[in-house]
Amino acid sequence: MKYTTDKLGFYGNYGGSFIPELLHRNVAELQKNYLKIIETKDFQTEFQNLLRDYVGRPSPLYPAKRLSQKYGAKIYLKREDLNHTGAHKINNTIGQILLAKRMGKTRIIAETGAGQHGVATATVAALTGLQCVIYMGEKDMARQTPNVARMRMLGAEVRPATSGSKTLKDATNEAIRDWINNPDDTFYIIGSVVGPHPYPDMVARFQSVISEEMQMQLAAQTGREYPDKIIACIGGGSNAAGAYYYFLDNEKVELISVEAGGLGIDSGHSAATGVLGSNGVIHGSMTLLMQDKDGQIVEPYSISAGLDYPGIGPLHAHLIKTGRTRLVTATDQQALAAGLQLTRLEGIIPALESAHALAALDMLNFKPDEIVVVNLSGRGDKDMDTYLNNLSL
Amino acid sequence: MSRLQKLFNNKQNLLSIYLTAGYPQRNAMLELIPLLAKNGVDFIEAGMPYSDPLADGKTIQHSSSIALKNGMNLELYFKQIKQVRYKTDIPILFMGYFNQVLKYGIESFLQQCSDSGIEALIIPDLTPEIYQKYYQKIFKKYDLGLSFLITPTTSDERIALIDSLTTAFIYVVSISGTTGKTDDFSAKQIAYFKRIKKLTTRNPKMIGFGIDTASKYRIVNTYADGAIIGSAFIKAISDNDYKQKAVDFVRKIKS
Repeated sequence: MKYTTDKLGFYGNYGGSFIPELLHRNVAELQKNYLKIIETKDFQTEFQNLLRDYVGRPSPLYPAKRLSQKYGAKIYLKREDLNHTGAHKINNTIGQILLAKRMGKTRIIAETGAGQHGVATATVAALTGLQCVIYMGEKDMARQTPNVARMRMLGAEVRPATSGSKTLKDATNEAIRDWINNPDDTFYIIGSVVGPHPYPDMVARFQSVISEEMQMQLAAQTGREYPDKIIACIGGGSNAAGAYYYFLDNEKVELISVEAGGLGIDSGHSAATGVLGSNGVIHGSMTLLMQDKDGQIVEPYSISAGLDYPGIGPLHAHLIKTGRTRLVTATDQQALAAGLQLTRLEGIIPALESAHALAALDMLNFKPDEIVVVNLSGRGDKDMDTYLNNLSL
Repeated sequence: MSRLQKLFNNKQNLLSIYLTAGYPQRNAMLELIPLLAKNGVDFIEAGMPYSDPLADGKTIQHSSSIALKNGMNLELYFKQIKQVRYKTDIPILFMGYFNQVLKYGIESFLQQCSDSGIEALIIPDLTPEIYQKYYQKIFKKYDLGLSFLITPTTSDERIALIDSLTTAFIYVVSISGTTGKTDDFSAKQIAYFKRIKKLTTRNPKMIGFGIDTASKYRIVNTYADGAIIGSAFIKAISDNDYKQKAVDFVRKIKS
């Protein structure tokens, strides 16, 4: 495969491991062991069984008839919103917690933005009986209260991140500091394809089940195992990495990555890292980053807490710079409208993150009969307040 | 020979103070560095505040955020270092995060350090392997020292690698944790200091992180060439009377 990491964890110029020496032992331990453990039969059996019996996989590939009619293409929705806990995030947390157990770790930490990764982590911690601490930006705790309640009910301790912008970036900083301070018993379950090597590669592997299933489902439903286009939203980029994974080397598949345009690309209030970012280091890897001329990280903005991140996974930075993916941005308003449209046409309320991917349908031209898969990464229950406050319903 | 090397050759029980540029006031560094030099501090780590300081605890996170609000930026940082250079020849090190160096342009950054009279750099999130493969060649063009960190979980083998890349001193982190811890040294930490003392390295060793009292300062000096104090100093100089507080702090540590 062309789009994998080298020995130091770089995809082309992006990735690597830029961490204080304090994290070296833990990260090196993970680098040394993750593939060895993940590739064992014992791990794969337990992982696959849980994905099937607990998460409810495979997730359906749904031919969205009315949406297809409107856009004049064959549009399929990959229904990650139907997973247990309501998003793709759980594919990764199951993988990482099984790894944590096999590495003898007893305490789990994680960061969360919208709360979906926090809930998915608290869920698998409950499932395995491990202690769990979730870091969440104070601001995100206020705008995602149902998910905070879910994590607490699942037995996790939710610690507010009160520094900086009090959102996902700061929650990640706090989780990394926790790991520095607890080097022996703690496993850090990162929620996206970000962080020092091997996290981007490891998380992409755990999420790759999305494209693996798509291949089989497309073959069964269309007679061809690949689509013409895949559309996915990108914050850190884990759902996109999973949806692209097995199609990365197939240049016939156009990959369309949708970033959060917030109030507009030029408004100074967006999270469109691929467009506005420049090379930099955030949370342990070299990637594209929204920053000022002094390298200070700029506070991002999006109506969607899950896309409100100033960086992007290094794989995506590489895909952008090599031209393998086409970047599109959707504003808050475009995402809200696309979310409402899907609800009214297909009876599916999407997460605001996924609504950004849907908004791209308006910006693309389709040939008739073109096969388009939109990765519907999560469901909209958590976003009801935001939808209601912003749409005149 | 650099001022820093001379210092290590000629003196023991060194005291290095970390300060955050722009804290507690925008121009504080201009007065603090000469004052610290006059009061027996051996060298200075001038921290350029960063928006996302991963290795730092609450105290330095706070001072960094205040300093940025006070308008500290790299242009001002280098300007102030140059001004300080007219007043004192105490060795000054740049301390900051790799993204700051990268964004500025590595060569331009190193040139600026050189022109401003900075002796060496400490960049905690620049990992030895990546430095060796991608950046060592560039750094070698400049006559600047570079310090790497070791921690209680760094193996002897890895310390040897770090020693081979280091060109200033080995920064011995006293604990497995972020900056600013105030607990007494544990038996495990003392055992670690003893292990480090026995290791023969090319470079001198300075112990830092969590050193906040005269007694801890004395203890670490029996195991290394000196001590680095950051958070405790930052805490001590938080108000308007920061100059007097800085002098009092150094006197207390050296008592």
